[in-house]
Formats: sequence, C-alpha cells, structure tokens
Amino acid sequence: MTPKQIRLAAIGGGLAFLALAAGIALTALEDNIVFFRSPSELAAKPAVIGEAMRIGGLVREGSVQRDGLRADFAVTDLAHDINVSYEGMLPDLFREGQGVVAEGRFDASGRFIADTVLAKHDETYMPPEVAEALEKSGKLNAPHPGKDGR
Amino acid sequence: MIAELGHFVLVLALVVAAVQAIAPIYLARTAPDIALSIASRASYLQFILILLAFAALSYGFVRSDFSLAVVFANSHVAKPLIYKIAGVWGNHEGSMLLWVLIVAAYGAAYARFTDTKDSFAARVLIVQGWLGVAFLAFLLFTSNPFARLLPAPFSGQGLTPILQDPALAAHPPLLYAGYVGFSMAYAFALAALTGADDGGNWARRMRPWILTAWIFLTLGIALGSYWAYYELGWGGFWFWDPVENASLMPWLAGTALLHSALVAEKRDTLKKWTLLLAIITFALSLSGTFLVRSGVLTSVHAFANDPERGLFILAILGGFSLAGFVLYGLRLPRLAADKPFQPVSREGLLLVNNIFLATATVTVFLGTIYPLVLDALGMGKISVGAPYFNAVFAPLTIPFALLLPLGPLLNWRAGSVKPLQNRLLLAAGAAALVTCGIVLSRGAASVMVVALFAAALWLLFGAGLDLAQRLGPYRSRLIKFWTLPANAFSAPLAHAGLAVMLLGILAATQWRAEIVVAAAPNQQINIAGISLRYDGLREIDGPNYRAEQARLTYLTGRHQGTHIFPERRFYEAERAQTTEAAITTDMTGHLYAVVGETSGDKRVLRLWYHPYVAFIWLGALLMALGGSFALVTRLRRA
Repeated sequence: MTPKQIRLAAIGGGLAFLALAAGIALTALEDNIVFFRSPSELAAKPAVIGEAMRIGGLVREGSVQRDGLRADFAVTDLAHDINVSYEGMLPDLFREGQGVVAEGRFDASGRFIADTVLAKHDETYMPPEVAEALEKSGKLNAPHPGKDGR
Repeated sequence: MIAELGHFVLVLALVVAAVQAIAPIYLARTAPDIALSIASRASYLQFILILLAFAALSYGFVRSDFSLAVVFANSHVAKPLIYKIAGVWGNHEGSMLLWVLIVAAYGAAYARFTDTKDSFAARVLIVQGWLGVAFLAFLLFTSNPFARLLPAPFSGQGLTPILQDPALAAHPPLLYAGYVGFSMAYAFALAALTGADDGGNWARRMRPWILTAWIFLTLGIALGSYWAYYELGWGGFWFWDPVENASLMPWLAGTALLHSALVAEKRDTLKKWTLLLAIITFALSLSGTFLVRSGVLTSVHAFANDPERGLFILAILGGFSLAGFVLYGLRLPRLAADKPFQPVSREGLLLVNNIFLATATVTVFLGTIYPLVLDALGMGKISVGAPYFNAVFAPLTIPFALLLPLGPLLNWRAGSVKPLQNRLLLAAGAAALVTCGIVLSRGAASVMVVALFAAALWLLFGAGLDLAQRLGPYRSRLIKFWTLPANAFSAPLAHAGLAVMLLGILAATQWRAEIVVAAAPNQQINIAGISLRYDGLREIDGPNYRAEQARLTYLTGRHQGTHIFPERRFYEAERAQTTEAAITTDMTGHLYAVVGETSGDKRVLRLWYHPYVAFIWLGALLMALGGSFALVTRLRRA
C-alpha cells in the first residue's frame, strides 16, 4: 500500500471506530440516566410507577419504623413527604432530621422502594440536591424540630 | 507567630514564582545560560519557601493551635498524632498547600536533574513558574491556610472520622504527585511548541517525568480504591463517583501519553498527537481538581466550599488549557510532518492503544460532565452511575485486551504476525483452556463475561510471551536475575498487571456472595461455604471514640476458631459515626463483615464474600512496578 492509501485507511478505520464507540456510549447513556426529584416536584407531578429515580430531603422526625431488616421512613422537604421503604443496612449517618438521598422506584401503592440510601458522613454537610430541594420549598433555614443548638 | 511566618514565606514564594515565570523570558534568547540559572535558583527557592510554610502549618496542627481557622475546623486535641499530621491535608486549605508544594517540588527536581542545560530547560521552568504563580495566588487569595480566628476557641471541631485512617497519610500526596506530575508534560509540550532548539528531543526528555507522574497516579488511585473498599462499609472497590472519574480521566489520558511519547521518542512520529495529548492530560488533571475542590459534586471528597474558589480554579483551568490549545493551534502548521508507518507494526498498535484509551477517556468524560451540564442548563438533576460505565467499558475492553499483546511482540516500522504465529496460538490455546475451566466450574453469566475472562487471560499469557521474548538473549544467566536488564520487565509487568486487575474485577463482581441477617447471639451464619457464629456485642473505648464491637467466630475451614470483630464507632468530638468492617484477607477472597443497628433484641449483620478481590490492587501494584522498571532503566542510561 502507498502511504496515501494507508493514511486513508487509518482515517477511515478511526472514524468508523469512533462512530461505533459514540453509538455505544450514547445508547448506554440514554438507558442509564437517573433523574433526581424532590418531594414537592413529585407532589406536583407524580412519577411513573417503576421508573428509576433519586429522591432526597430530610428524614422526617419520628417517621422511622424498623421491622427486622426493613425500615420505613418519610423523606420530606418540609412542604411535602415521600414514604420510603428500604430493606438492608442503613448508612452510618442515617438519622431523623438528617439529609438523605435514596435511589429506587415507586410501587403501585405510591411507596418509594429504595435500592440504596445515601447519607453523608459529616453532620454539618448536606448533599447539594437536598439543600436545593429545601431551598425550593422555601424551608432551607427553617429550624429543624428536635435538633439541638449546633 | 509561627503561622504569621508561614503566611509571610508563602507571599515570598509567590514573588519568587513570579520572578521564575517572567524574568527568564527576556533572557532566554540573548543569554540562555543566565535564564536557566535564574529559573533554576528561583525554583529551588520557591520550593524551600513553600516547604517552610508547610512546616509552619504542620506545627499548628501538631500543637493544636485553634487560633488557626483550619486547625479549629479540622482538628481536635483528642486526635491521635498521626491524624494531626495527616490532617494538614485533610481539609481544603491544607490540601491546596500540599498541591503547591508538589508543583514546586517538580520544578526544583527538574532544575536539579535535567541533563541538558539549555533554553528548552529554561522554558520548562518558566511554565512551572506560571503554575506556581497561579496556584499560590489561589491559595493566598481564596484559601489562606494561615487565617486566624480571634478570639481563639478552646477546642477544635475535629476531623471527619472517615478521614481518620492511615490511608489519609498517603492517598492525597500520591494522587497529587500524579496530578501535578502531568504539569511536567504540559510544560514540556509548551517548551517544545515555543522553540525547535531541542533538536526534536523533547519526547526523550519528557518520558521519565510522565512515567513518574503515572506511577504516582496509579498508586494514588489504587490506594483510594482500597481505602473506599474497607472504610465505606460495603466492599465496593469502585463507585464511578464523579470524583473517582476525575482521577481516572488523567490516568487514561496519561497512559495513552506514555505510549505515544514512546513512539515519538523511538520513531520520530506521532509527535503532533503526543504534544496535544500532553496538554489534554494536564487539562484533565486540572479539571479533576476543579471538580473536587469547587463543591459542584456530592462526594466524600467535598469539603465545605464557597463558590469564589470554584470560579478561581475554573479560571486557572481555563487559562492554562486555553494557552496550551491556542499555542498548539498556532504552531501546528510549522511542526515537522510525522513519518509514515505500516499499520501492522509496533507504532501501528501503539496508535490503536491510543485510540482505545482516548475513547475510554471521552466516555468517562461524557458520563461525568453530562449531569453537570444538564444541571447548569436547568434541565433537571440526573445521575449517571455504574450501569452506564459498565455498558461502555465492557465492550471496549475486549478488543483492547485482544490487540494489546501484539504490540510489544511486533517490530517497529513494518512488523509481521507470521513469525509469531505458533507462540500466539499457544497463548490463545492456554487462554481458551483456562476460560473453559472457569465456565465449567463456575458457570457463565453472559457471553460478555466469558469473553472478558478470555480476553484478560489472553492478555496475561501475552505478557508472558513478551517477557520470554525479551529475556531470550539472556537465557544462559536467568538465575542471576539481578544482572538482567530492568527494561525487559517493564512492559510485561505493567500489561500483566492490567490482566490481573481485570481478572480480579471480573471474579469479585461475578462471584461475590452477600447476606444480611438480624442475628441473635449464638446464631449461626453461612456464606460462600463458610460458617460463622455471632457471639454477641460489647462496648469498647478507643482514643477518641466509643465503639460497639461484635464478635464472630469461624466454625469451619482454615480460620476455624478465630474471631473477627466488626465495629461501629461513635466519635464524640465530631458527633459522627463510622462502620469499621472486619475483613479476613486471603489471596482467594475476602470475608467482609459489618455490624449494623439494633432490630428488636437482635443485631443487623451484613456479610459479603469477595472472591479474588485483592487481585484488583495487586494488578495496580504490578502496573506501577512495571512503570518503575522503565523509569530505572531510563535513569541508569542518563
């Protein structure tokens, strides 16, 4: 092959490869993105049953109930609540009044079945999604009932 | 007083960096000797000054001087000494001070070790000087580590307990040495673009530095992964967290750069691409810093932040990237044309390697940036998680691993597969045989998984072939292994490391077992053929925490009779809680036990069995070792 043919073959092959890789990546992206919804957004526009999503807010005081491995609790942005069920071990900093993000889907009864629950390891830190959800509901600086001074 | 001195020397360092960045520019053409001499001395001085500032901050932490804002916010008298010292970089300000220290260390090391004293070397140091100016200004104007609190509080707020771990001592310095090390690639690229007086030799001079950076980054990422594995309490080794991706992108680009620089050095081709890649790699390192330090991401790495810092880092990232790309665009037409080569040759396969690694970098970039862009445009908050990355990486890995072993076996310029046929068939046969064994004994989850196993094994045997070929001429003195050329081990070890890592990832994800139980004392738990008994719980006191410690006893197997103790720790000062997993480590797998909350009169326990998970980090170590052999070879030759 002449140098010119080699170059053409290389460029052609490279482009074909890139197109293939881009195709795979975009399809994968299409199938695997997960939206974040705040309790107020969900109250305004209920979710499709079975659609994977992330929700977040504060764990409502007094809402946590445990039964064996299962935990039921409410996630709130202080304007609206979502009832969540999770089976497994909750993270270290899962506590009433703390910010939490859960990933999962709604079942037919309107309960959010979480696959994973994320809480942060630092008491002073709040996940940005949660902070924004609270900001939108206008309750960011509302006093947390039952929380001491710090 | 010490802190004020620290602050003062930092300001001096900024002045010195400015001298290093500007003064030699005017002298580079007329008096290159003097230019290099000024730049070298400035880089030594800058390093010494920043080292003094670093010592001053460390002193503040060790003495628990709570009049310093960072010490107050991140330390506590009750904290063990090692975490007081490592805590210097366990916060935003201190970690940026470590960053500028490493920038200056690379500059000073280059000034000391460069073998050719010419204006090219001076230009490299000028670029390093500009980096020093930018990051010192960032540190002093937005993140001053020596800011005082008046009146001084009596007690500190303590360090986030999750960071109170020996890994904190090594993970950030290693990672930063990697990130910042790629600034050398950037400096070399800019020096090469601003003058042709190096005789086209820049690739040879650049390689030891990018090797160094790459080794550090490999170790830093691997250690971070191991830390997350044992600390976060569920045994995951990679989360596709944006912050992890931020370190993976420069690693992928840097790996591509290592290989293309080899072609540029040996064959005088792919030079334009190598220069571009050098700029991109450093831009990705800076984006990593931006993503982590700006607070746009939710992660364990996010310290408390303010937006001003994010903007400043974004300006640094934009400024240096733009300067690099514009200069590249302007000089591109004047660069010498690359020499042509045959597709079936070592260059050809190294080019294929670069195409794959660049594609991998782009897909990670896409998955990491897309949510941020959507959010910025107000189109909703989304997250892109492991399913996306797995869906993209699995099909990319197979052809990459299949082609990889051919590269080192082929000749430069025009190679041929013919003379290698028998050996390749042998390796392929061995890989096929072992794959069959795996499928027969463990079953096959999917065609993709089987193909990945086969590809990883072929890669492993291919690395063996490569080693055999390199050691062929020394057959008679294999016993005296210390007389063998270090070079012979570099690529085979690094490639075998990748294979071992792939095998570890496959085994740990495909064969892992998991069980969650609410256990009463003396209850038996079975997982992956192991039987354990839950003995009960007791309370213990640590240096700065209280803990609930569960005890489990092995009832069967090699560890029969031994106990393991998973803990839940409560840190008073920080008012936080961590899970300390109990891990029994064997080469064939880890038993990973975690204790959870009370559930009635029972305790929630969670156990995993992670088969061959240690291979993941062993693979990374082998890669770094391979890199070290290449570096040693280079240093000996110099």
